[in-house]
Amino acid sequence: MSGRTLCQKVWEAHLVEEPADGPALVYIDLHLVHEVTSPQAFEGLRLAGRAVRRPDLTLATVDHNVPTTDRSLPIADAVSRRQVELLVENAHAYGIELHDLHDPGQGIVHVIGPELGVTQPGMTIVCGDSHTSTHGAFGALAFGIGTSEVEHVLATQTVRFARPRTLEARYVGLPPAGVTAKDLILAFIGRVGTAGAAGHVVEYTGPAVRALSMEGRMTMCNMSIEAGARAGLIAPDETTFAYLMDRPRAPTGKAWTAAVDRWSLLVSDPDAKYDRVVEIDATAIVPQVTWGTNPGMVAGVDGRVPDPAAVADPAEREAATRALSYMGLAAGTPLEGLKIDRVFIGSCTNARIEDLREAARVARGRSVAPGVRAMVVPGSMRVKAQAEREGLDRVFTEAGFEWRNAGCSMCLGMNPDILASGERCAATSNRNFEGRQGKGGRTHLMSPAMAAAAAVTGALTDVRRLEPAAVRTPSAATP
Amino acid sequence: MRAFTTHTGVTAALPRVNVDTDQIIPKQFLKRVERTGFGPALFFDWRYQADGSPNPGFELNQPKAAGASILLAGANFGCGSSREHAPWALGEYGFRAILAESFADIFDANCTQNGIVPVRLPASQMTELFRRYELAEGPYELTVSLETLTVTDRAGFSAGFTLDAYRRDSLLAGLDEIGRTLQLDGKIAAYERRRATLLARQAE
Repeated sequence: MSGRTLCQKVWEAHLVEEPADGPALVYIDLHLVHEVTSPQAFEGLRLAGRAVRRPDLTLATVDHNVPTTDRSLPIADAVSRRQVELLVENAHAYGIELHDLHDPGQGIVHVIGPELGVTQPGMTIVCGDSHTSTHGAFGALAFGIGTSEVEHVLATQTVRFARPRTLEARYVGLPPAGVTAKDLILAFIGRVGTAGAAGHVVEYTGPAVRALSMEGRMTMCNMSIEAGARAGLIAPDETTFAYLMDRPRAPTGKAWTAAVDRWSLLVSDPDAKYDRVVEIDATAIVPQVTWGTNPGMVAGVDGRVPDPAAVADPAEREAATRALSYMGLAAGTPLEGLKIDRVFIGSCTNARIEDLREAARVARGRSVAPGVRAMVVPGSMRVKAQAEREGLDRVFTEAGFEWRNAGCSMCLGMNPDILASGERCAATSNRNFEGRQGKGGRTHLMSPAMAAAAAVTGALTDVRRLEPAAVRTPSAATP
Repeated sequence: MRAFTTHTGVTAALPRVNVDTDQIIPKQFLKRVERTGFGPALFFDWRYQADGSPNPGFELNQPKAAGASILLAGANFGCGSSREHAPWALGEYGFRAILAESFADIFDANCTQNGIVPVRLPASQMTELFRRYELAEGPYELTVSLETLTVTDRAGFSAGFTLDAYRRDSLLAGLDEIGRTLQLDGKIAAYERRRATLLARQAE
């Protein structure tokens, strides 16, 4: 018998049953809940007179709808306010731990799980949010689910899933200085396309992935869904254990040692077979920028807007033509130098402390370009507090960035943070879909350092050109 | 859940690839706390003009697509956000089945939770259906049968499709999945005991 992949190991450890003619019943170790996809699930439970089976394995926060401005004021939008209040009521009624709007632990659900140490290797994790894949950075099998499934997990602590296929995204070599986790994942999505990993759990491997911090690994796994993947995975190692140690919910003492022993086995066996392998030359990756209306429409910042006429597949050609029209771009235009109106540094993809440090390093001593409005939205109130301890807030505000409270904010524009029609935005978030950040808004996805570079120059800019000496990978630092 | 056995209805065609759930139901409509009220917002940004009138260029606003209950869609339909509001909106608009070369995984699961059948057909058959839709002078009707796992029209088109037995049974009978799983409570409790014992032993 050949070895097993990490995905298979976690999967098989959580099977309640796996019938031959249908999806398996999978036990869930951690269920994360937020205000937008849960109200109908709680209502369903209530109508059926059902209980929450394991409130102790359930954790809730408000993030999608919340204002990122003054929190002493009530939420202006009555419908948003109702949704937030309803989560508070439901959490209390069912005994679920909640980090509400005024809690120092409030933040984007995929930022606070790891930050609290509730996200741990080998777990199964679900949330009514497609970016649940983020938690795969810890070697946890983490799936986004719909509201009916949220209700199912609340009632049974299980979910029905077909066994996923496995895909190894193998990064060969190390990326050049100035190339970040965001660039590694955008390059992968560009390579396989927005549906390229459908039905698969993607495990990211290779020295370029090993060299990443947990923040970088979360950025990569976060965007797995943008390649259509069911989930993303990175095997836990010393970096993972160092991140988790002493987190509020991490095991302690003897239990910690036992946990690390258990977690250390969570690697794909050397003879394990993946259903697919995609090799990516990390040494050839340059900072990435999207040009179109899905994350697979991406190129190096040194590239040009592609010509749809050169696309072989008629449906994809039509999609590219539509995308250029929506984005207001002409084929052949160099990406570098494209003028922008707005900058958004935030989201579950890139609003952790390391992301803010990278952006601040570029912003320090510079000013947001005239006519550009730039905003930094930390991923959680803990990230915000940490950034303020490090003085990053002053770096941003002195440069002319707005410094906000935590939430999903302009990633999806459910709260008042949105683009006006026609505005072009350099964003560190995960989706450049039509209208995502505001109807008619034009989103270019990139790394935090690249977004900061766009803010201070007013145009898409290769951050390596802006700052040849200051941007270094940790491994390149002087000993 | 509403049962699905065999359905005959008018078809609408949306031959665009990678239609994401942000297009199916834009974010400003996700604030509702009910499962209903999403139908009028389906494809909002594509469907209406700035003044709120129907956009005559949008595929679903074509006269022959009026009253459609079967959607012909492009590959990777429903990608992006996990929002179940997307199938709620599609269902409330009147769609009972969606035919495409492929669906995004979460969207696919969300459809079957709501009595909407996601029918996967090979590219060649989708191309043929889009062609027949275009050529039809009036409404183009199809029959989707979950009993025989076939898609047919009145002019000789016939194609088979697959759906796993578990989901097919749920849809055919309109079963409540939670009720079905709660019958397995003994198995779930046994799993919890097994797992607790294992973790305790490893910690010794």
